[in-house]
Amino acid sequence: MVNWTAEEKQLIASVWGKVSVEQCGAEALARLLIVYPWTQRFFASFGNLSSPTAIIGNPMVRAHGKKVLTSFGEAIKNLDNIKKCFAQLSKLHCEKLHVDPENFRLLGDILIVVLAANCGKEFSPACQAAWQKMVRVVAHALAHEYH
Amino acid sequence: MVLSAGDKANVKAAFSKIGGQAEEYGADALERMFTTYPQTKTYFPHFDLGKGSAQVKGHGKKVAAALVEAANNIDDIAGALSKLSDLHAQKLRVDPVNFKLLGQCFLVVVATRNPSLLTPEVHASLDKFLCAVGTVLTAKYR
Repeated sequence: MVNWTAEEKQLIASVWGKVSVEQCGAEALARLLIVYPWTQRFFASFGNLSSPTAIIGNPMVRAHGKKVLTSFGEAIKNLDNIKKCFAQLSKLHCEKLHVDPENFRLLGDILIVVLAANCGKEFSPACQAAWQKMVRVVAHALAHEYH
Repeated sequence: MVLSAGDKANVKAAFSKIGGQAEEYGADALERMFTTYPQTKTYFPHFDLGKGSAQVKGHGKKVAAALVEAANNIDDIAGALSKLSDLHAQKLRVDPVNFKLLGQCFLVVVATRNPSLLTPEVHASLDKFLCAVGTVLTAKYR
């Protein structure tokens, strides 16, 4: 079980309170596909991913980004039980989606940059530390049921 | 991984906009790295790593200067950082994974201080550039 200090919980909640799940989710997924283009391999059915502009404007990318970050929100509501919360999603990513867990780490890092841009100076080193821990824990939970 | 002409232009433009603040960016990145990835502190037992540390500021200045030098000589990063590469291989021997960690922190600094600069395209180019720098600095390790 992950140990979250009161400060970490507060920093996570305070950033999350400012987040538009739809906007940040879309932004994060689009940037993942742009910064690490090999991740596009999972989204062959998403249509036009031929340029950064196409990716950012792609409605399927935006919708899926929102879906992904909404799931993230579930983890934040269940900080003390993230593995259990994501057990089914983990199995799905392994058995149906065949996603290398390294991709969860890549998305986590991208999300941090998006949150940082969103929050500016308020995204203090302590804030970054809490969130890097958060994305690490989520990535770990999503990989946990892999076999 | 190759830096395209577009990447090089993006990186040069980014550092031009960052300008004289590069030193502050360097120090901020280091502070974030030590806070976010405490294992990186193991390379600095001789430093005061407390908030506002003059040593961290000084070292941030050095790191930033190296990045600026690499950006200014982006067609030959290996040449520009050759001495630094030797230093890291022979003396410092910082484990290669740590360059990615510092790179991530540098991107976060740019995001917090200059979000409009970090368009998705520039984000991609800077990430590639920081990777390239890390690769050069670890190239002579074995």
